[in-house]
Amino acid sequence: MPKANDFVITVATTNGSGSQSSNNILLRSLFRMGIPVGGKNLFPSNIQGLPTWFTIRVNDDGFTARKRLADIVVAMNPQTAVQDFDLVKAGGYVILNSDIKLDESKVRGDVQLIKVPFKEIVTPVSDSVKLRKLLINMVYVGVLGELLGIPADVIDATIDHQFGDKASVIESNKKAVAAGREYARANLSDVKFPFRAESRGTQNKNRVLIDGNTASAMGLMFGGCTFVSWYPITPSSSLVESFIDLAEKYRTREGRRDFAVVQAEDELASIAMVVGAGWAGARAVTATSGPGLSLMSEAAGLAYYAEIPAVIWDVQRVGPSTGLPTRTMQGDLLSAYYLSHGDTKHVVLLPSTPAECFEFGQTALDLAEELQTLVIVLSDLDLGMNLHITDRFAYPTAPFRRGKVLTAEQVEHRGGFARYKDVDGDGIGYRTLPGTDHPLAAYFTRGTGHDETSAYSENPEVYKANMDRLSRKFATAKTLVPRPIIESGGKIGLLTFGSSLEAVREARVELAASGVKTSQLVLRALPFTDEVEKFLENHERVYVIEQNRDGQMMQILRAELPQLAGKCISVLHYDGLPLDAETVVEQVRQGERPWM
Amino acid sequence: MDVNRIGLKKTDYMGSKSTLCTGCGHDSITSHIITAFHQSSVDPIQVTKLSGIGCSSKTPAYFLNRAHGFNSLHGRMAPIATGVHLANRRQILIGVSGDGDTASIGLGSFAHLLRRNVPIIYICENNGVYGLTKGQFSATAESGSRAKSGAVNPYHGIDLCTVAIEMGCEFVARSFSGDARQLVPLLNLAIRHEGSAFIDVISPCITFANHEGSTRSFEAVRSHNVHLQELGFIQPQQEIKVDYPEGETQVIDLPDGSHFVLRKLLAAEHDVTRRDLALQRLEEAKSRGEFLTGLFYWNKDSVPLSERLNLIDHPLALLGEETRPPRAALDEILSRFE
Repeated sequence: MPKANDFVITVATTNGSGSQSSNNILLRSLFRMGIPVGGKNLFPSNIQGLPTWFTIRVNDDGFTARKRLADIVVAMNPQTAVQDFDLVKAGGYVILNSDIKLDESKVRGDVQLIKVPFKEIVTPVSDSVKLRKLLINMVYVGVLGELLGIPADVIDATIDHQFGDKASVIESNKKAVAAGREYARANLSDVKFPFRAESRGTQNKNRVLIDGNTASAMGLMFGGCTFVSWYPITPSSSLVESFIDLAEKYRTREGRRDFAVVQAEDELASIAMVVGAGWAGARAVTATSGPGLSLMSEAAGLAYYAEIPAVIWDVQRVGPSTGLPTRTMQGDLLSAYYLSHGDTKHVVLLPSTPAECFEFGQTALDLAEELQTLVIVLSDLDLGMNLHITDRFAYPTAPFRRGKVLTAEQVEHRGGFARYKDVDGDGIGYRTLPGTDHPLAAYFTRGTGHDETSAYSENPEVYKANMDRLSRKFATAKTLVPRPIIESGGKIGLLTFGSSLEAVREARVELAASGVKTSQLVLRALPFTDEVEKFLENHERVYVIEQNRDGQMMQILRAELPQLAGKCISVLHYDGLPLDAETVVEQVRQGERPWM
Repeated sequence: MDVNRIGLKKTDYMGSKSTLCTGCGHDSITSHIITAFHQSSVDPIQVTKLSGIGCSSKTPAYFLNRAHGFNSLHGRMAPIATGVHLANRRQILIGVSGDGDTASIGLGSFAHLLRRNVPIIYICENNGVYGLTKGQFSATAESGSRAKSGAVNPYHGIDLCTVAIEMGCEFVARSFSGDARQLVPLLNLAIRHEGSAFIDVISPCITFANHEGSTRSFEAVRSHNVHLQELGFIQPQQEIKVDYPEGETQVIDLPDGSHFVLRKLLAAEHDVTRRDLALQRLEEAKSRGEFLTGLFYWNKDSVPLSERLNLIDHPLALLGEETRPPRAALDEILSRFE
C-alpha cells in the first residue's frame, strides 16, 4: 500500500472544454487539505479542440516537479485515449470515459481500468446540452474526490471560492461533482484504489498556489511600475493581463490611473516605448517571450549604451524561431545576456519560484534605475503559467531605489552636470529627467558615440573610455544583484536556476539516498557574484543544470570563470517539458561514474 | 524687441551648430522651429525633442538647447515618443524625422502613433532620398523620379499626408522648408494642438536630389508648389488688427486666446474640418503633378493619448511609493490563491 499523499494524476481532455475549472478545483481542494501539491498544464497552441493534459502532483515532502508517468490517468478525450494509456505507470489506474470506444484487447494488461459513464452521469444534472459538455469534467472531480477521500465539503468550499457570486454556476458544478461522487460510491466501492489524500490540517496556511505570471504582475504592481507596453505572445500574455486586472482595481483612483498600459503594434515598439518612458523617468516594463526578445535586440543596445532604465520580462518558451510556443525552456539565456550588437551585457534576473517572481518585480525596477540600464528577467512557461505552491508573499516595505537623478536644485548647486561623467567611481553617471526646471538640466541623449557631456563624438579615446566605464558599471552591478542561495551538503555541487529548482531539490534527496551528497547553489542573477566563484572553488565537481541543448549557462561560466569552468559538468534537459528529478539524478549519476 | 512673453530671447531657443551640408533645407526648418517656439513663448524646459536616425534626425541638436532631446533609433521615434508622453504628459513633444524613418523603416510605428493620438509635433523632413547613405530612393520618392546615379524609381511614392489622414491624425499639413511665411504659422498652430500634429515638410536634398529628374529639387518644388491657403497666426498678447476681405478668411479661435487665420486663395472652398475634402484635395493635386501645401485637416478638439487612457494629471515619472497599494490589497489578492 503506497503511503498517503504521494501520487500523480493526469487528466486528458480537449482544449476549450472547460476542464481548466475542474482541474483547478481538484487541485485547490487538495491544497486546502493542507497537502503540498502542484499543477502543470500541457496545452497545445490552439484555442479549442486539440488535446490538452493537466497533471496534479501530490507529495507530502513538497516535491511538485514533473514526474514522467502518472499513477492515475483520467482519459476524457477520444482522440488521445489510446496513447493516454502510455502516460500511466505499470500498476497504475486509468479512469476511462466509457463512451470512448477502443479495442480493449489492445489495452495494456498492467494497468487497472475503471470505466465511468460520464455522459450518463451528467445527463440529469442539467437540461442544457451546452452546459453538460462543460459539467462533464466536474463529474471526474466527484469520482476522484470519492476515490481519493477528498471530503465533499472541501470541494464545495473550493467551488464557492472559485466561482464567487455566480450562484447558478456554483449550484450546477456542485451537482455535477455530487453526481460523480454518488456514482463512485455506488459502483466503484470494490475497486482497490491505493491512493489516498490525507488532510494535513493548516499546513498550507502561509502558502499560496499561484502561477509565476500572476506573481510577477503583482510584484510589478507593488514595486512601483507605472508603465507597461507589450505585444501579446504566449506564454507572457497572462502576465500583462494580470497586471491590467490588478492595477485597474488597486491603482485607479476616481477613474484615473497612475499607470499606463499600451498594447503596441509589435515588440520593436513595445521595447521602444519602455525605453522612452524609462528615459523620461517612469518605472517601465515590457513582457515578452523568445521571438519578441529577438525583435527587441536593437533597443536593448540603445538602453545599454545610452544608459536608460528598462525592464524586459521574458517568459521563455521553446525556440529556435516560433518553436514550441506552449512548451517550456531556458533557451534565451545567452540571447538575453548579450542582447544586441556590439559589446553589450545585461543584468539578468533568474527567479525560481512565484515568491521570487513577486520579489523581483521591484528588484528589477530598482536595479534598472540604479544602474541606468536594461534589466532582463528570465522566467519560463513552467514557472510562469503552471501552479506552484509557494510561501505567501511578504508585503514589500523597502523604498524604491530610483538611482542618481538630479533635481533642479542639485543642478543649480553643481552648476550643471555631465551626463556620463563617472563622478563616484562606480561607473554610474547622474541623469536628469525631461521637465527638470533648470536651464542647465537638459542633455541630448543619443545611441551614437558620445562624450561625458553626451555630445556626439567619434574620438577613439573618448569611445574607449566610455566603454571601459560601462564595464566598471557592470562590475558595480555584481555588488547589487540578488545573491545566490547556497545549501552546503557535499563535495559535489549542483548549480541550478529558474524553474529547474523544483526538480533539483527532489533530485538532491534521491542522490543523497544513493550516496551522492551534494551542495546546491541557486543562481538568481547575472553577472555572477563572488559567491559563484567561491562555490566552484569549494567543490570538486559542479553539475550545471539547465533546460537547453547547448549548455548556455555553462558557456557563460566558461567565459567568465575560465579557470574554474573545467570543474563543471552539464546536466541538460530540452524536450519542452518541465524538468523532472529523474533526469537530474540520471545525468549526475552518469557523471559520477568515473569517481564511483 | 527680441524678448517674448516669458522673457526669453530668440537666442535662448538656439541649439548647437548644424553639421548638415551647407544650404540644406533642413537647416531652414530648424530656424523656423526656433522662430515658432520663441513666438509662441514656450518654455524650452517644457519641451522634449525626439528624432529617429538620418540627416533630419540630427537636427533636434540644432535647436532648443534647454530642452531634453533624444536622438533614438531608426524608425522608432514614434514609440519612444509614446513612452515619453505617457511618462510625463506635461512635456510638449516635438519630433523631427525623415522620409526614410517615417515612410520606410518606421511606417508602422508612424501609423500607430497617429492612431493613438500621441501629442507631438511630428515633422517629417521629406526629400525622397537617403542622404546619409548617399542617395538611395526613399519610399516617398515619386514613381519615375531619377536618382543622382541615374536610376529610375519604379515604385509608387507614399504620400504621408494621405496616410496620416487615414490613420486618424487630426492635424495634417504640408509645407516647404523655404517657406517661412507658411511653415512658421503652421508650427505655431501645431504647438497648440492637443494630439498628433503631422507636418510633411518638403525639404530638397541639395546634394543627392537637387538635379534634373528629381521631383524634389529646389526648382521642381518651387514650380510645382501650390498653396492651399494663406496662413496667419496671431499671438494672444499681440494687438494686431486683422482685416481680411469677407468670405476669404476663416479665423479660428484657440483656447489660449490666439487666433489662426486661413486665407483661402483658391476659388474652391477648403474646409479644414473635413477629412474627405482633405483627401480629395490631395488626390487632385497629385493628379496635376503638384505639391499641395497648407493645412489639410484639423480637429481642434483632439483628445491626446494620456487623456484617452485616463491617466492622472501628475506625471507618472514623478510618482514614488505612493503608488504601492496597501497591505490589505496584497492580502485580498493572495486570498484568491488559497
